Amino acid sequence: MTASVSPVGQPVLVNASRFRVAHAAEWERLDAIVRRIERGSVRALPQDDLLALPLLYRTALSSLSVARETSLDRALIDYLEQLCTRAYFQLYGVQTSAWTQLKRFFVHGWPAAVQSLWRETLVSLLLTVAGAVVGYLIVRGDAAWFFAIVGDGMAGGRDPSASVETLRKTIYATEQQNALATFAAYLFTHNAQIAIFSFALGFAFAVPTALLITYNGMMLGAFMAVFVPKGLGVGFTGWIMIHGTTELFAIILSGAAGFRIGTAIAFPGRRTRGDAAVAAGQSGAIAMAGAVVMLLVAGMLEGIGRQLLTDDLTRYAIGTVMLAGWLLYFYLPRKSDATAPG
Amino acid sequence: MRPPRAERRADADALRRSFVTPEGVDLRLHLGSAGTRAAAFLIDACAIVAVLVVATIVIFALFLSVHATALAIVWMIGFFVLRNGWFTLFEMAGRGATPGKRIMGLRVVARDGARLNGSAVIARNAMREIELFLPLTFLGQQASEGTADTFVTLFALGWSGIFLLFPLFNRDRLRVGDLLAGTWVVRTVRIALGSELAVPSAQPRRVFSDAALSLYGEYELQTLEDVLRGGNRDAIAAVAATIRRKANVPDDGDDQGFLTDYYAALCVRLERGLLVGRRRADKFAAGK
Repeated sequence: MTASVSPVGQPVLVNASRFRVAHAAEWERLDAIVRRIERGSVRALPQDDLLALPLLYRTALSSLSVARETSLDRALIDYLEQLCTRAYFQLYGVQTSAWTQLKRFFVHGWPAAVQSLWRETLVSLLLTVAGAVVGYLIVRGDAAWFFAIVGDGMAGGRDPSASVETLRKTIYATEQQNALATFAAYLFTHNAQIAIFSFALGFAFAVPTALLITYNGMMLGAFMAVFVPKGLGVGFTGWIMIHGTTELFAIILSGAAGFRIGTAIAFPGRRTRGDAAVAAGQSGAIAMAGAVVMLLVAGMLEGIGRQLLTDDLTRYAIGTVMLAGWLLYFYLPRKSDATAPG
Repeated sequence: MRPPRAERRADADALRRSFVTPEGVDLRLHLGSAGTRAAAFLIDACAIVAVLVVATIVIFALFLSVHATALAIVWMIGFFVLRNGWFTLFEMAGRGATPGKRIMGLRVVARDGARLNGSAVIARNAMREIELFLPLTFLGQQASEGTADTFVTLFALGWSGIFLLFPLFNRDRLRVGDLLAGTWVVRTVRIALGSELAVPSAQPRRVFSDAALSLYGEYELQTLEDVLRGGNRDAIAAVAATIRRKANVPDDGDDQGFLTDYYAALCVRLERGLLVGRRRADKFAAGK
């Protein structure tokens, strides 16, 4: 320690001083680099700095370890702790580019998440169908139920007391062109919000999600009960189907994501409750984000496609093709994602 | 005297979590406190409302002049993106923080130390729907229809209360969203390196007896460090008086100099102990 003599001639007293003299320049440089990255300019960083970053980071980490064991200068330790933490997040916590993430989502993440939800998807589908059947039967039994289920705002004149002509018009009438896109946007935002809800509500042990999904099915059944007895069943099915295969599928999937969370929290199985919740939350979130994408497609089909195409056959065709497309995309076996992190 | 001090030190450490890097060093992360996070959220909420108000005014003004229905679409999609995307998109970007969190020095981090992925961010923010927006929408709807009665209001407030206060009921200050996404919110504040206290100087240092130096441990040393760095004259005078009295040192009128020298001497002594594996946590721990 004879080398550590201060400029004034006195021996250096504490370890922190020796340590600061030896490494302060490296810490300052790391601090400057990290600060530049934090301001959002990784690209603007000179190549030298970029190459030095990992080395400087390791130096700082080892400084921290040494300081903790040999020095009692708290300012020094606090400084090194925050410096290492900030550098760690810049080195390890940075996201892959948005483009790569999007690609991974569409190629692997989304179909894989939907596949893993197959059980929940079946339950969700069953609830929708059961809801539809119940809705159909009770409205056929007593027409007053229709208003209780659907509500005036949503019905828009399409209720059991409407004449066949009025009903036919609601199915085949074309609206003004410029209103279509607005309508599509409205439908998309409205439905997407419901999809997010049914995911989030799964947290309460999936009970509210089950209610929401069943109710959605009941509304469908109630409408069927209005149109089918008047001989408009085929037309109404086409009217629903052009977008409904996509829209209902999306709602069923977001419901399934909700079920996954609820059941993971209620019945975590071998894992701890926390781990099960995290796994379910993350795969559910991917499926829900996918459902929002599907609803965007459905909104366009409903708002634009349905208003322009009034032919039953075309509507059936589009609906069927969409459904087949989604099924193939989700459930076609594929190679597992080799690039996935973890 | 002992329990209160132990408690105080436990409080300071209550929000620190062990977090080992791949290099094997524990970073001892600071979790964001509930208050800081609430402040960050309020900043974000104000920003969202401000953006919404300004955008609505601009779009409405444009609509008055051009009457394009495209503007209505822009507003609807914009509202949707603002409501669901503000938190998600900002946190998915490299910084892992919304503007509010950045201002408050917070960052969202995966609890297992892996990189924060998009699905975690989506999951943690989708839960805001039931934490906040659901009761608000519900209440708003009832109020606009004039049917909001006391029961409904209480229910909405109670519902929000459960979720809003959720972070206070667990050690890690996790929101419901954090719980599901496997994330937590940590403090990332930039601190400048404090100046050295035991600076070598031309003047000869005061010399202290062994008894005077065995009075205190690391906790007191670091408290002394805080006092010296704080630079509060009254505090320095009070601390200097106490140490002089306990160590039987006569008053020489230079409090700052006395404390600096005492700090340096105590630091040297305790560090020497460290090197041979003898730590003395505080004055209650056995001295050597």
